[in-house]
Order: sequence, then C-alpha cells, then structure tokens
Amino acid sequence: MTMTMLENATATEIAVACRRVTKTYGTGGSAVTALRGIDLDVRAGELMMLVGPSGCGKTTLISVIAGILDRDAGDCTVFGHDYSQMTQGEKTRYRGETIGFVFQAFNLLPTLTAAENVSIPLLINGASRATAMKKAKEMLARVELGDRAHSLPSQLSGGQQQRVAIARALIHDPKLIVCDEPTSALDHETGHKVMELLKDVALKEDRALVIVTHDARIFEFADRIARMDDGRIMKIENGDDFAVNGK
Amino acid sequence: MNLIALKMLVGDRLKYISLVAGIAFAALLVTQQSSIFTGFARQMSAWIRDTNVADLWVMDEQVEFVDDFKPMAETKLQRIRSVDGVQWAVPLYKNYLRTRLPDGTAVQTRVVGLDDATLTGAPEIVEGRVEDLRRDRAVMINIRHASTLLALKRDGNKPLKIGDRISINDNEAIVVGFYRATREFFWDPVIYTTYTKALNWAPRERKQLGFILVKAQENQDLTQLAERIKSQTGLVAYTGDQFANKTMTDLLSRTGILINFGITIALGFVIGVLVAGQTFFNFVLDNLRHFAALKAMGLRNLAIIRMVLLQLLTVGLIGYGIGLGGAVITGAIFSRVGLAFEMPWQIPVLGAVAILGCCLGAGIISLVRVMRMEPGIVFRA
Repeated sequence: MTMTMLENATATEIAVACRRVTKTYGTGGSAVTALRGIDLDVRAGELMMLVGPSGCGKTTLISVIAGILDRDAGDCTVFGHDYSQMTQGEKTRYRGETIGFVFQAFNLLPTLTAAENVSIPLLINGASRATAMKKAKEMLARVELGDRAHSLPSQLSGGQQQRVAIARALIHDPKLIVCDEPTSALDHETGHKVMELLKDVALKEDRALVIVTHDARIFEFADRIARMDDGRIMKIENGDDFAVNGK
Repeated sequence: MNLIALKMLVGDRLKYISLVAGIAFAALLVTQQSSIFTGFARQMSAWIRDTNVADLWVMDEQVEFVDDFKPMAETKLQRIRSVDGVQWAVPLYKNYLRTRLPDGTAVQTRVVGLDDATLTGAPEIVEGRVEDLRRDRAVMINIRHASTLLALKRDGNKPLKIGDRISINDNEAIVVGFYRATREFFWDPVIYTTYTKALNWAPRERKQLGFILVKAQENQDLTQLAERIKSQTGLVAYTGDQFANKTMTDLLSRTGILINFGITIALGFVIGVLVAGQTFFNFVLDNLRHFAALKAMGLRNLAIIRMVLLQLLTVGLIGYGIGLGGAVITGAIFSRVGLAFEMPWQIPVLGAVAILGCCLGAGIISLVRVMRMEPGIVFRA
C-alpha cells in the first residue's frame, strides 16, 4: 500500500519522502536497530501522525526527517532536499528555515518572556530583534496569547506554554512542522485545544505536519496515521477511518 | 542571540551569583595576595630605592642583602675611584648599633653614615636641613619612628623631637631633623649621620666601609664598568635594580615568604577557579537541553560557541572586577594601617589573564559537551 502511494505521488505534492531508511545505535553486541527500512511519504497539506509503542522508532524517524539525526542507509528528502547531500552547516541552515519544532517538554527558555521565546527562530535566521519581537507578538495574538507576551514560561499554564511553543514553531513560516508528543503533558481538554490550534493555524496547503504521539485522544485530528513497531511502519491508515473505528 | 545568551546567564540568579562569587573570590585572593607579596618584596629593597642616587653599588662579594654588613677596607674607596670610567665614588656606612633614648629605653637601630662632603644618599628631609647632619653629634631620624619605635616609652610615649639627645653605642648624639622614607621590611629604625661620625661611634674594626656609591662617567656601559671594578678590586658592583633584586631574592628564599605566599595564591586561585569552573560547567550542562533546542531550530555551532563565550566573558569580567575592587579596597585599608600592599599594573593584567584564561578553560570543557551534544536529545522527555 505504501509503495503504491509513493509511486502515485508527484514530487510537488510530497513534503517528506523516505525510502528504505535504516538507523542503528551503537555497534557490535550492543547495537540497537531503531529503523529497519522505513518507507514513508508525507504530502504537503497533510497532518501525519506516527504512533506506536515506546521504543518502536517514532522519535528516531522524526529526528531523521527533521535532519537532526543522520540515517545509516536509504534516502530521505524534505521538499526535494536530501540531507545527505548537505554539509553540516547547510543542514543546520535548512532546518532553521524550513522546519518548525514543537516538543513534548515545550523546551521554552525559562528566563525569556513568551515573546522572546517565540522570536528565537527569526533571530536565528538573521532578523533584527525589533522585527522579530513585533512578529512574535503578532504570532502570540494568533494563538490567543497576545496579552501574555511579557510573561515568563513559569507564569504560564502547560497549555499556554505549548501554545507559545506552537507560535515559536510557526513564526518563521516553516514548510514542515514536526511535533513530538505535543499533548502528552496536557490534560484532555487542553490537548484538544492545542491540536485544534495546530490544525487551524499550522496546516496549510504547502505545509506538512508530522506528529509523534501515542495519545489516542488526538488521533481524530490526523489525516493519516502511520503505525510503527520494531523499527518498521506496520500500517498506514486514514485518520477519519481511525476516528470512526476507534483504536 | 547575544541578549538571549545574557538572559540565560542572569535568569537563574542563584547560579549567576555563585558564578560571579566564585570568580570574584579567586580574583580577590590572587590579586590581593600578589599585591601583599609585592608590597613585602618591595619593602625589602625600599632603602636601596630611596638611596638610589648613584649608578652602581659596590660591596664585598659576600654581601647577600641590603642589611648584610660585610665591611671592606677603607683603601678600597681609593681603588674604586681609580677604576677607568668612574666619575666619582663616595663611602656609605650602614650597620646595626645600639641606641639609648633620653628616657633610658634601649633600641636596636641601623646607623647610616653618609659621605661628609657630599651627603650623597641622604633621604627626603621633612624637618631641618640636610646640611645640619654635618653639625657636631648630629643625627636625623625617621619622622614616623619618632612617635613609634623611637618614642619615649618610659616617659608616656612622648615622641622624640629635635634637640633631644640620644646615645649611640654610648656616644652622645643630637636629633637635628626628621626625614621621610619608604616603609621597609625590617623594622629597626634607621638613623642618619655622617660617615666620619658613624665610624667614630661604631665599634673599632679593621674594616668598616659598608658600601661605595659609584657614579659612572657619561656613556659608560654599567655592565662593563662593574666587570672592571670586579677584576681590578675584587669587589662586586650592582645597579640599584640589581641590588634590589638580589636583596629580594635572598630574603624571599631565607624567609620562606615566597613559598608561603605562592601556596596561598595558588590555593586561592585553584579553589576559586574550581568553584567558578565547576559552577559554569554545571550552568552549561543545565542549559544543554536549551542549547540542543536552539541547535535543532537551526542555530549554528559557531553561534552557540559565541553565546557560551559571551556568558563566560560576562561572568568572568564582572567577577574579576568585583574581586579586583575588593583587593583594591583592602589594599587601601592595609596601606592606611601600614601593612605591605603594592599593586603595580602587572598584577591586575596578569590576574585578569590568569582568571579569564581559567574561565575560558572551563568554558572550553563545557563547549566540548555542547558541541558533542546530539540535538536529538530535545525529543527525549
């Protein structure tokens, strides 16, 4: 099924294309194979979820897709760009311009205000502080935190912190947004709101979202769900079917 | 990103204060102890610098420091004067003699006898005239000692004054003036008189000439002149700086001051730097996750290095500034109460190099961790 989809997809539609991707940690007797020949396409305008038990390779796969971990073999392109053809510097720059990150633990800098945290990707990409702060405040307003721009992360609730993290992931208009367990630290209602926000604000026709999760409560937001186990993609399902049929 | 680096640094107040305090402590110890050591070292040669009017000090080759009395025969003076390249040469007497104050208090003193004709090597006179030294039985004493070491302890600590009669080795002497001099390492009061009077008061010995002060003729190479003096008279000749260094080196090795201060400075340095280094290392480790997030978001290694170095430089300079300020304040207090403290420009400069160098070392170790860090750790909860 996966190969059929890959063959049918055109280059412009595909945001992420992985072919026979493998990754092993360690060597010799202590080697652990995390990815065993992954084939996966994520289309532009799509919200793809990677689900599966702990240790099945979800985080490794998202790290490879995001370009922060080198694969051992196989091909992986993001919007037609192959990380293996890039120098470390080019890869870092590409990541800074093209990818937005939302982390499970938010990873907001505790000593910076919400607006300063949101402005970081723009600063990394060379924007002036004034420009970055202006855009950060606008972005915070879009995630309904306009009035908390000067608050420190410690002064925000978990849901608010994740909204700040989402604003940070989107401020530089990245083409690919990768989210690692974005709702696992949040209660059900807040998690739902965060997912609604992600879907409303982040998803566009030319932008793809890849979310690693094992929070079944948010599966309904996925366009497609890739179920992983033991370093392989076992099955890819449509999100709607999944929501209707349940687990 | 610089502002973000600084906000990361000062955001955790406790860690920031610990960092600054560690570096300040190291800087305080290093600069303060070095300054006290320098103060002591310079006090050891203070009299040489105060008397440094000639080009060369000539003395017996066995003399090891300024108060090491190994006299020469009087005839040596004439031989020195006949050495090619010597413009003039005058005798200088210096030896320990017992002094009894008007109230009967006995004091060990160092008597300096200046050349009768020229009074070469006279100190800065603050009361009386230097020519008064040529008067019968005339002596001059240090104005600071008049109310301290030479005060009349048996007479209610009254200060010694002009006109008072004292006894030097059972010879009557009259105070005709006061001078001012740099504080010395050895505390025994120095009493100035003329060379002839000093010889008259000193116990009879075959050799009594302590030093010969030599002025070289114009454009004379002092090293070559010293060699000629050595070869023709068997005496050694040093410039003031050489004699001062020889005195310092000898006294430092005799007293163990160098080792004691060295240990204190090294301990302070090591403890302070270890505290600061460890705290900074922990600070970077605590922020490793944040650096990883920044790296994942596209921040290049060079930018991260710049951020860490900026943080390091900031705490380093602030900590060093506070430590140096503390050393200067304690120095001012020390100087006011007469303790040895001297901070030439080399101490703050070398202190800064040492402290910032060690901070940099700690920073480099931290940076290795940051550089080796996989940005993928941001995906681990």
